[in-house]
Amino acid sequence: MRILVTVKHTPDLQSQRSFTEGAVTRTAEDGSMNELDENAVEAALQLIEAAGEGEVYALTVGGADAVAAVRKALQLGAHHAIHVSDEAIAGSDVFGTATVIAAAVRKVHAEAPLDLVVTGMAALDGLTSMLPTALAAELDWSQLTLASGLTVADGEATIIRHLPDARETVSAPLPAVVSVTDEANTPRYPNFKLIMAARKAPVATWSLAELDLDPSAVGASAARTTVVDASERPPRANRQVVTDTGDGGTALADFLVERGLV
Amino acid sequence: MSVAVLIEHHGGQISRPSFEALTLARTLGTPVAVWLGEEPPADAVAQLGEYGAAEVRVAAIGDDARLPAKAATAVAAASADSSVLLVISTFVNKEIVTRVAMSTGAGVVVDAAGAELVDGRVETTQTVFAATWDVRTRIETDRAIVGIRPNTTQAAPAPTAGDATVVGVDVPLPETRERLASVEAVPEEDGVPLAEAPVVVSGGRGTGGDYTLIREFADLLGGAVGASRDATDEGWISHEHMVGQTGTTVTPALYVACGISGAVHHRGGMQASGTIVAINLDPDAPIFEISDFGVVGSLFDVIPQAIERIKQSRES
Ligand SMILES: Cc1cc2nc3c(=O)[nH]c(=O)nc-3n(C[C@H](O)[C@H](O)[C@H](O)COP(=O)(O)OP(=O)(O)OC[C@H]3O[C@@H](n4cnc5c(N)ncnc54)[C@H](O)[C@@H]3O)c2cc1C
Ligand SMILES: Nc1ncnc2c1ncn2[C@@H]1O[C@H](COP(=O)(O)O)[C@@H](O)[C@H]1O
Repeated sequence: MRILVTVKHTPDLQSQRSFTEGAVTRTAEDGSMNELDENAVEAALQLIEAAGEGEVYALTVGGADAVAAVRKALQLGAHHAIHVSDEAIAGSDVFGTATVIAAAVRKVHAEAPLDLVVTGMAALDGLTSMLPTALAAELDWSQLTLASGLTVADGEATIIRHLPDARETVSAPLPAVVSVTDEANTPRYPNFKLIMAARKAPVATWSLAELDLDPSAVGASAARTTVVDASERPPRANRQVVTDTGDGGTALADFLVERGLV
Repeated sequence: MSVAVLIEHHGGQISRPSFEALTLARTLGTPVAVWLGEEPPADAVAQLGEYGAAEVRVAAIGDDARLPAKAATAVAAASADSSVLLVISTFVNKEIVTRVAMSTGAGVVVDAAGAELVDGRVETTQTVFAATWDVRTRIETDRAIVGIRPNTTQAAPAPTAGDATVVGVDVPLPETRERLASVEAVPEEDGVPLAEAPVVVSGGRGTGGDYTLIREFADLLGGAVGASRDATDEGWISHEHMVGQTGTTVTPALYVACGISGAVHHRGGMQASGTIVAINLDPDAPIFEISDFGVVGSLFDVIPQAIERIKQSRES
């Protein structure tokens, strides 16, 4: 079985803080790869382990520092790493990114057919969740998205899709693009041997020329949307915290009444 | 200008965010309702008229509406003459609009909190990076698609009702590779659905698994019950209640977090709420950093007292 996993380099959303006991604690380095892509790598590794054979490719599209995302995938057990990087890609919207990823997938697929592309269900930086669908449409492969469970048998993939109104089971022939949720599995921790090996492992670096893509089809100039303004949200003004010494509930109720919220 | 609005409905009942979307659509142009699934009942059509729909385009495609590629074909056909397509920003609708955009060349913004016309282009506002940044985006293409979050527009009937003329959309659906092997309906909860609720009261690990007080508080405030991932993982409450980046994103007027630490994944799904209130034993819990009002204390002491006080104030 041959599986390609897309991994995105995202800023670490919780590097500045640590959480109360029992919550996930993560180090700054873990922020190199979108957390949900760990579930994607795990899903791929579990499938080839169950099949007893296979290879996992990790692919990222992004600037120089994005290589950290595929290194992380190698640490987890991916066999090959590909970093697509080209100045012309900067500023791409989801459709531009899908065009680039699809071209890279086709290149790997042409060497020897892939069975699956596995992605995370969303990148936690922007949370658009649009890329997996765009990629499936661009490749014209089966689309199996938001999988909280995934099995592959007899040339077909089957997922469980947990929607607000229903739990669906959807099947489709390979090759397929599958996006996984954090419920699909529990990502493994890299072991020492893999961490050491990942440092020295080669990463293929491809530019648009290697993908036969016209630079004008991607990047900021081809993007259908432009960010015209961005500002950090100010902290909430007039925050109040009271300590309950017997009348905390009353204070809370009074606050709600005052704001006209009850 | 025609603005198509994809209507959400369950068992013939239109969901509240659809009325919000129609209200927003009226600020951009003339709303045209798009209805997928079974034929709409007459009272639903009348309601769509009250909120300004000039037409109701019906693609009676039944359960095929569940497959994104088929739904997208129907939506694209039903909105072909509209310059703007508005949908409620759900995971499923994001998939549908991605495909519509790929077949029509439209630009898309999802998870928007608002949309307006500026110099003939649609501009949207939304929050990103776990709701810590505000972003304004311009859609540069002639066709624009916007996924709008519930509770971001105040729904109001149109000053003059629309005709709500029902028009059938006959569209050949593509063959899809995907096949629905089974659809198991999630039992409907009483009360308001989480994503649409004007008030959400959530309980986390601090509840120890007992949601009696959380439910009572939610009922009193006319809201829905939410939960953290730890609580749904423990099986204390069903998955549909999970608030957060991988659960449901909520933006109610009031969010009450009880026994929830405020992990970044949870905050990302509620931080854009109107007023945030937290009850937590730990004065250093990150949830307090984003709360308008916090009580350091036990939810088992604070909630019953708050409930009493609110009842008293309502009586007086
Ligand atoms: C990829 C990924 C995605 C995730 N997505 C989500 C998501 O969408 N939504 C989500 O919620 N989580 C999500 N998580 C999990 C998240 O990181 C946290 O682990 C989780 O939100 C913590 O839940 P909690 O606040 O209930 O528990 P804890 O962090 O254990 O906090 C419990 C709090 O209760 C307080 N407490 C205890 N007893 C009482 C009492 N009697 N009265 C008042 N307070 C009390 C404690 O002081 C503590 O602050 C995700 C994690 C990952 C890795
Ligand atoms: N630049 C990228 N490089 C590699 N994978 C990506 C990239 N952008 C998105 N993805 C994949 O698409 C998934 C969904 O991302 P998004 O649609 O941006 O929320 C992520 O979990 C990744 O697996």
